[in-house]
Amino acid sequence: MGREGEVASELLGAFERENPGLRVRVEQLPFTAAHEKLLTAYAGDATPDIAQMGNTWLPEFVALDAVVPLDDRLRASAQVDLADFDPGIVATNVIEGRQYGVPWYVDTRVLFYRRDLLAQAGFDAPPRDWDEWLRMQVAVKQRVGPDRYAVLLPLNEYEQLVALWLQQGEPLLRDGNRFGNFRSAGFAHALEFYLSMFERHLAPPVTNNDVANVWNEFARGYFSFFITGPWQIGELKRRLPPELQSSWMTAPLPGPHGPGASSAGGCSLAIFRRSTRMDAAWKLVEFLSRPAVQQEFYRLSGNLPARRSAWAAPALAHDPYARAFRDQLDRVRPIPQVPEWERIATELRLVMEMVVRGDIPKARVAQEMDARADLILEKRRWMLERRAHR
Amino acid sequence: MKPRQAAWLFVAPALLAIAVFFVVPVAAALVMSGTDFDIYALADLRNVRFIWLDNYLQLLQRPLFWQALLNTLFFVVVGVPLSVAVSLVAALLLNSPLALFKGFHRTALFVPVVATLAAVAVTWRFLLHTRYGLLNYGLSSLGFSPIDWLGNPRWAMPAIMLLSVWKNFGYNMIILLAGLQAIPGEQYEAARLDGAGPLAVLRHITIPALGPMLLMVSILTMAAHFQLFAEPYMMTQGGPAQRTVTVLYLMYEEGFKWWSLGTGSAVAFVLFLFMFGFTVLQVTVSRRWGTA
Repeated sequence: MGREGEVASELLGAFERENPGLRVRVEQLPFTAAHEKLLTAYAGDATPDIAQMGNTWLPEFVALDAVVPLDDRLRASAQVDLADFDPGIVATNVIEGRQYGVPWYVDTRVLFYRRDLLAQAGFDAPPRDWDEWLRMQVAVKQRVGPDRYAVLLPLNEYEQLVALWLQQGEPLLRDGNRFGNFRSAGFAHALEFYLSMFERHLAPPVTNNDVANVWNEFARGYFSFFITGPWQIGELKRRLPPELQSSWMTAPLPGPHGPGASSAGGCSLAIFRRSTRMDAAWKLVEFLSRPAVQQEFYRLSGNLPARRSAWAAPALAHDPYARAFRDQLDRVRPIPQVPEWERIATELRLVMEMVVRGDIPKARVAQEMDARADLILEKRRWMLERRAHR
Repeated sequence: MKPRQAAWLFVAPALLAIAVFFVVPVAAALVMSGTDFDIYALADLRNVRFIWLDNYLQLLQRPLFWQALLNTLFFVVVGVPLSVAVSLVAALLLNSPLALFKGFHRTALFVPVVATLAAVAVTWRFLLHTRYGLLNYGLSSLGFSPIDWLGNPRWAMPAIMLLSVWKNFGYNMIILLAGLQAIPGEQYEAARLDGAGPLAVLRHITIPALGPMLLMVSILTMAAHFQLFAEPYMMTQGGPAQRTVTVLYLMYEEGFKWWSLGTGSAVAFVLFLFMFGFTVLQVTVSRRWGTA
């Protein structure tokens, strides 16, 4: 999918040479259409043997019983050892106690910031906790004036707020993922901090659509901080003018008290139940999990390897921008592993947009979100109850 | 073989195709709208519950549904007359004896219709950009303050309307132009001899002669406007604050994004009822005008 689909064929040459009997046919999908396409493939009985699957999609395909658990194969495998992966990432592939995927590449959200603008505001190191971060934002905002801002929190993304909430260490859904947990102290805390950045005009009330070109705006100093993923390293190296290349850096996400957690993202490899070539598919999983292949994959695509030993590669170990990600990966937490989560998070984003635009009061958010989440989870509760009665 | 049987035999292939590709899916969707068919049902049909009218009742209680309906009606009520009016003006200009290079202008005005929406959307996003857009550049040079076209809940739908009218008026323009060219020149001549001015000619000759064409064009345009989807999908993804979520967009999100096919089907039938009602209204109104 996306760039990965393009480079996969380059990686697979070596696999086919090692396994002369096997030919891998790669189907490339744009990321925006991949999820729908895989679901349609399931409905139309045309699933592939193996697919790269977003960690957040996996629960859905498990609910469909479209993918197989890999526990037995993992136990027997000499090549793939899950101990060599980040536990927070591995946990995203565990649904009801079984392992349904092998992490392929990892993704988490960290802080990207402008060193020069921060230095002008009097700070020579990135923030470690929320208070410090807020102080820096206020100082930056004072310098840049009313037309520019300190931080970009796009209103059409929920990832930032969810990451801040994950830092609180409480579950996002309660009672075995049956109900929303928005009326919790942790959510209130994260919400308060998130909204304060809008209330104090540190963050512009805009969506990514309005920003149009996030790299240009970062270069112009429209904002000094943004929270995003590893793909932006390559983009910024390519798109920022040379004179600005030394002026940006990455840092682990600040938490309420010292470095905080972030969300566990990325893609895993999963094998479909309808596959008639599971053994060959597993061979491919083992091949793609090799440290050397993961390093090559990083070189080709810029995706951070899921396997820890692959990080020893000089290209990664010496990349100053990747360092924050390596650090952050030790503190990642999975989002709820239920198919409904994506929809609940989308509702959260819509409610946030309404709050920032002043359509509903901040005090009503928790209640409103719990009501929406509980409605979305109704079918899940019914299914769980029926299963318990059987 | 009796003629009656032969007739059935001749229409049988067409009827079969309509049954398989139209009647059956519509009936299936009607049944589905009475269930809570979703991703779990896709895995195992035993996970389907028959909930009869619950989807419809829940839909009526959802603020987003009313918002989507309001957005769509706004787009229809303002957009259809605007679109038809622009088409008519363009057709009149092209048909005017004073117009030069008619072939060139006809083609140029028709180009947006055949342009790919994806490409057009990118261009329009630049045109509508708050800080760097050409439109706001024009406004500010006239002394107006810039408008946040796609980011302001109040302006997003008008911006989509602007794009949609620009993109689609050429199609109706061609139809109306054909209608204009079919009006006999003698009528104009007679009117002029009677001393009618250009406005009187337009009102008493051109518009009545175009009547049936205008009715057809407005029904087609209305049907298309009720199904507004691609423009907000490309431009705003339903935002800001869900002000560009249309009924069809809601159906797409329910059915294909969240895989709640039951709710999605219910939305489709509600949309059908609305379009049916509006078409009946249009035909009734035009009939009454026709007999008056």
